[in-house]
Amino acid sequence: MKVYLKVWRQRHARDAGRFVDYTVDGINPDMSFLEMLDVLNNRLISQGEDPIAFDHDCREGICGTCGLYINGRPHGPVARATTCQVHMRHFKDGETIVIEPWRADAFPVIKDLVVDRSAFDRIIQAGGFVSVNTGQAPDGNAIPIPKEDASKAFDAATCIGCGACVAACKNASAMLFVAAKVAHLARLPQGRIEARERVLNMLTQMEEEGFGGCTNTGACEAECPKAISLENIALLNREFIKAKCAL
Amino acid sequence: MKLFSISDKKLDGKCPTGPIEKRWTQHKASIRLVSPANKRRLDVIVVGTGLAGASAAAALAELGYNVKVFCYQDSPRRAHSIAAQGGINAAKNYMNDGDSVFRLFYDTVKGGDYRARESNVYRLAEVSANIIDQCVAQGVPFAREYGGYLDNRSFGGVQVSRTFYAKGQTGQQLLLGAYQALMRQVGRGQAKLYSSHEMLDLVVIDGKARGIIARNLITGELERHGAHAVVLCTGGYGNVFFLSTNAKNCNVTAAWRAHRRGAFFGNPCFTQIHPTCIPVSGDYQSKLTLMSESLRNDGRIWVPKRKDDPRKPTEIPEDERDYYLERRYPAFGNLVPRDVASRAAKERCDAGYGVGPSKMAVYLDFSDAIKRMGRAAVEAKYGNLFEIYQLITDENPYETPMRIYPAVHYTMGGLWVDYNLMSTIPGLYVCGEANFSDHGANRLGASALMQGLADGYFVLPYTIGDYLADDIRAPKIDTRHEAFEEAEKSVLERIEKLLSVRGKTPVDVLHRKLGLTMWDYCGMSRNAEGLEKALKIIDELENEFWKDVAVPGTDKEWNKELEKAGRVADFFELARLMCIDALHREESCGGHFREEYQTEDGEALRRDDLFSYVAAWEYTGHRQSPVLHKEDLIFEYCKPTTRSYK
Repeated sequence: MKVYLKVWRQRHARDAGRFVDYTVDGINPDMSFLEMLDVLNNRLISQGEDPIAFDHDCREGICGTCGLYINGRPHGPVARATTCQVHMRHFKDGETIVIEPWRADAFPVIKDLVVDRSAFDRIIQAGGFVSVNTGQAPDGNAIPIPKEDASKAFDAATCIGCGACVAACKNASAMLFVAAKVAHLARLPQGRIEARERVLNMLTQMEEEGFGGCTNTGACEAECPKAISLENIALLNREFIKAKCAL
Repeated sequence: MKLFSISDKKLDGKCPTGPIEKRWTQHKASIRLVSPANKRRLDVIVVGTGLAGASAAAALAELGYNVKVFCYQDSPRRAHSIAAQGGINAAKNYMNDGDSVFRLFYDTVKGGDYRARESNVYRLAEVSANIIDQCVAQGVPFAREYGGYLDNRSFGGVQVSRTFYAKGQTGQQLLLGAYQALMRQVGRGQAKLYSSHEMLDLVVIDGKARGIIARNLITGELERHGAHAVVLCTGGYGNVFFLSTNAKNCNVTAAWRAHRRGAFFGNPCFTQIHPTCIPVSGDYQSKLTLMSESLRNDGRIWVPKRKDDPRKPTEIPEDERDYYLERRYPAFGNLVPRDVASRAAKERCDAGYGVGPSKMAVYLDFSDAIKRMGRAAVEAKYGNLFEIYQLITDENPYETPMRIYPAVHYTMGGLWVDYNLMSTIPGLYVCGEANFSDHGANRLGASALMQGLADGYFVLPYTIGDYLADDIRAPKIDTRHEAFEEAEKSVLERIEKLLSVRGKTPVDVLHRKLGLTMWDYCGMSRNAEGLEKALKIIDELENEFWKDVAVPGTDKEWNKELEKAGRVADFFELARLMCIDALHREESCGGHFREEYQTEDGEALRRDDLFSYVAAWEYTGHRQSPVLHKEDLIFEYCKPTTRSYK
């Protein structure tokens, strides 16, 4: 296979940035998308050129490090997959592929396709936890939890913090990310104690970081590699209203 | 030059004595404490934010120490513990199937092929139950039964169900629990977070670990950080093989730099090859993906009885299939420990019965499970794993068997630590996969998560106090000290050396060659001839690296190639030590299979009379013969027998 790439290159945060064209030949359809970029980068390095900066780590769809905007979609054309799980068999021979970084005010570009997502850590610091010190816990079976609640909490908790929801949103909102954590903990008895402070503090932090408000269009859910449901945003809103009423 | 020399002084693990079930309790009661007022004056550096690092950093901050926590990832939540799939063991006996602390202890010592310390392993089993309690309280959404109580499943190498799990994402959920506990402390200001920072050297002052040199991976700046103690939770070194199930950036640099500063390295040749990974598909491959061992609960492993059988797996009738694990090990069947399962797969493929395009794969078949439980039940249990498999291979495992092959997964070896988890450098602690301590020569499934969290939540927070009690009058560590000066200078010189080569060969190319050498000669099976050959190749490759590596760009920017080059340079040095260790251990045990030492039917032949010890290696200089220090292993409760899973 042969593909034509248009890749966003930006030397550092203050550089204006531009698209640069590359042609990559001899691709095996079973290669992953990032392996295709490895091949290109090794070619650039051998020629003494600067390789394309992109971030990645586990390459199995769970660490949330990778995130490329491919042909106008976060993580590319495969539903429920991260960039590292996209394979070249999903592209046509001779196709032109446009690759950009996540674009959001709250995710400033570091270099080329790498962005700073530390805002997510600060949102979690604002309340995305249960305040239990090590050693305080009662027996794990002391509080039975209905299977359905545990399953729904789990589904929300599978968020990998990659930021695709923000990249997909025209408002660059982090509502799905925040909702996933609020819902995960709100559905469990252990998380109820601090539910009120949690939702208020996390939403305040989200706004301070420069993320926009929810557009209700659902682009986040459509592009989420872990299929985190919009239902969680509905729950977030209920939690928010409850918290406000209790003030 | 001699390959290595042997110290005549025995190394002491400082394990307590007395009845094993009382050792940890009595030890905790006898070690020193640091008062809350004094904790406020003490700084602790934690490097790495996987299960061990995040839990240690959170627990230490909760106690009131000033914690500085470092990770190379852009967020602590991305450490590779996140990828652990199957589960976490704990001796809760919730299933009423006869489990106990003693059985978990016994299974782990036996599973480790009698090369772990009894005292450590008993403590691990003892605190395992607390881990589950702690995680549930944090909101970790473990799998539950309809009554609302926690569910368990069985795992390789044992005959009880003691594995707690959250679908195939247990590591993710446990890590997020620890990460959130840590973020709570960062929010309170009790822990300070340094993401996108890589530790490049350890600073030792008057024989004590007093800080680190770290590189800010975004700006490229070198930074000095001082503390009264340093805790390394930097994971394993499986990426020395290039292809492994580790994340791409996992590396040995922090541990290796500490080794060069005086920390002994324990049992480096003990590496685990996981039996169920997706096979290599081409020479462009950048990493391997694990399929959780939990799949072996319901999947059956087989190869065709006929060599080069051209038929599709679904067309091969039952009586023409060789379910070789069930045939060779009727008692444990598909649930034999990882080392045994991996070697059995290699044996079948080497004998010419392998399947798939590369012929280096075996089938893992769910058709019986689907018949027995129904597709929906299989999907509920393993759905996300099947999805991962299909994404990578474009094959549907509900319809055709998975193809699997062993791959490098975990390293039992690591920095040597005593019972308090302190290395041979006073004030340097090592937790989780980065230490050598609890798994002997082979780790059982679902025990890595247990050990990481045991070390971080329930062991280190106690034992570190015993050391810091001496330091309550020590002032803040002054990073203008000449030891910081020297360490920073040596880091900078090394970076400049890497950048000055300006060769033609990308780091990956050389790393891949090193990995292939290690896989061929120091992988699933080893022999003296091969290991000696590997040592020569490693020298040649290292020479080539320093002559021709291509590292573009500068050190004052985000520069992945520079990061990689530094890590691979350290892997060359580690690879040499692994081969020396493998060469010196003239026996087969656990993950270390020496072809010269096997029984007539091809099982591992342990030599307890000669090798019942931990091999802890002291660094003496680059390409200099290391010194072997032995710590004798004494078994009072689990008498070494030939491990039999038949």
